[in-house]
Amino acid sequence: MTKPSNTTGFKKLLPGLILVALFFLAAVLSYLWTPYEVDSIDIKNRMALPNMQHWFGTDHFGRDIFSMLMVGARTSIAVAFIAVGIGVIVGVPLGLCAAAWQGRWLDELIMRSNDLIFAFPALLIAIMITAVFGPGAVNAIIAIGIFNIPVFARLTRSGAMALWAREYILAARVAGKNTVQISVEHILPNILNLLIVQATIQFSLGILAEAALSYVGLGAQPPVPSWGRMLADSQTLISIAPHLALFPGLVIVLTVLGLNLLGDGLRDWMDPQLRRQRS
Amino acid sequence: MLRYFLLRLGSLIATLVVASLVIFFVLEVVPGDPASYMLGINASEETLQALRQELGLNLSPPLRYLSWISGLVTGDFGTSYTYRTPVAGMISDRLWISLPLAIYALLISIVIAFPAGVFSAARRGSGFDTGIMGATQLGIAIPNFWFAMMLVFFFAIKLHWFSAGGFPGWDQGVLNGLKSLTLPAIALALPQASILARVLRSSLLDVLNEDYLRTARAKGLTRKQAIIRHALRNAMIPVLTIIGLQFSFLLAGAIIIENVFFLPGLGRLVFQSIAQRDLIVVESVLMLLVFAVVMVTFAVDVMYAWVDPRMRGRRK
Repeated sequence: MTKPSNTTGFKKLLPGLILVALFFLAAVLSYLWTPYEVDSIDIKNRMALPNMQHWFGTDHFGRDIFSMLMVGARTSIAVAFIAVGIGVIVGVPLGLCAAAWQGRWLDELIMRSNDLIFAFPALLIAIMITAVFGPGAVNAIIAIGIFNIPVFARLTRSGAMALWAREYILAARVAGKNTVQISVEHILPNILNLLIVQATIQFSLGILAEAALSYVGLGAQPPVPSWGRMLADSQTLISIAPHLALFPGLVIVLTVLGLNLLGDGLRDWMDPQLRRQRS
Repeated sequence: MLRYFLLRLGSLIATLVVASLVIFFVLEVVPGDPASYMLGINASEETLQALRQELGLNLSPPLRYLSWISGLVTGDFGTSYTYRTPVAGMISDRLWISLPLAIYALLISIVIAFPAGVFSAARRGSGFDTGIMGATQLGIAIPNFWFAMMLVFFFAIKLHWFSAGGFPGWDQGVLNGLKSLTLPAIALALPQASILARVLRSSLLDVLNEDYLRTARAKGLTRKQAIIRHALRNAMIPVLTIIGLQFSFLLAGAIIIENVFFLPGLGRLVFQSIAQRDLIVVESVLMLLVFAVVMVTFAVDVMYAWVDPRMRGRRK
């Protein structure tokens, strides 16, 4: 097995970091400044091609696409970030418990519930929720969040189980620490790397899921700008103004690519042994 | 093996029962009274009662659940609230588009991923390998519905090779049907092919380091023969899991892609039903998709245990 050198890690880490930083920066900057107001309609200038005034052109209402993409980044970040947060906050403690009492009824219950959630692809959860409560960004967050829970629970459990067999855990036990203390003080810090890498990957999946949900009308509702809905709006106009569809799509691709590169790079950098475990 | 099979079958049934309870609870108990949704706020109490009677809504939730489930088992999915036609018929019409689409996409994904994965593993570190790995990175990052829109733009609008959407119906000839499913299938297949190629490559690379592969080379097999006869077979286990998982992703993903191409499949049916609050249709489609996911997982697990006895004791 050839060892990955540190340079291969950086080869991914650096472009990933730059892309992700740009994307976060655009979202933050959009609170202070955008080239145009996102709701300023200019019918005379509608569907303009990219030019000096409107860098990415304008949409069918004459709104500036670049500005809309900047504001749309906020929606994407917020939805994906909170959804990953739900996965971590619920999934990690569940995984720790399952590993601490492995083979007992609690472990069995947690793992079986995980299997159950895996039977519902994220999209199905979203459809179920929106069928009842109506579409919206919050419901999209909940749907993607629920889907993230078993991902983190499983990862935490398998990471923690490997650690429970270690001698320093036994030493902590002898020192009088109880199961909860050991889980929090010794297990959790040692699986943090794993969790951070997975969180980056889930973040990118969350962005894709949010775009897909908004595209079919189950995500953020107007007037909140969102990349997925910009694509949905552009679909009927694609033969006359393909640039309306081009830019939001490219932005999604670059963001997801950046997050994936960042995740891969972080993993290589933090722990070469983890390489290639991701499927 | 029989014991393992029965255990898995038991947990399969348990999963289906719990899943059906979840779906029923969320879609039937939480939203309240479909009758008043259908008739609006000005309906008189008598009309409401009559409709509830007709739809079986005046029964208690447990009884309604039992009648729904026994209906599903016997193929009677109930009657659509909006169209007053049997749900089973509506679903089976749509399934004839969604299912072939998912299978078509899976085949495309396998046809692309296998050569890509095997060659990049065999020529690890070469320009070809780097190229394929870069392409798959991109393939994973591209939202499939956007890729679908780009395909429509180039191959339907610019080049006129395919129609931009719609479905002629299988009675217009199988080839015509397949042609109109080709762009959607390619769009669906792209991210899955990228994932599959990566899994196949890394699984093969693991196997290529095994001692028995060196033995195979030592006894005189060429590298190519060794890979085809020994490595590929052993590398198939994770690949099979992913293929199983992908089938369910493809079936769910079809829901979105159908919207791009205006295909009258399950996805369109679901969104229409949500808009019309025809929850009984949503319920049955969801249950059907969950059933498909669980069955495929089950089939893959059992196939493994049959191929590889080591898997029987292990939980997945």
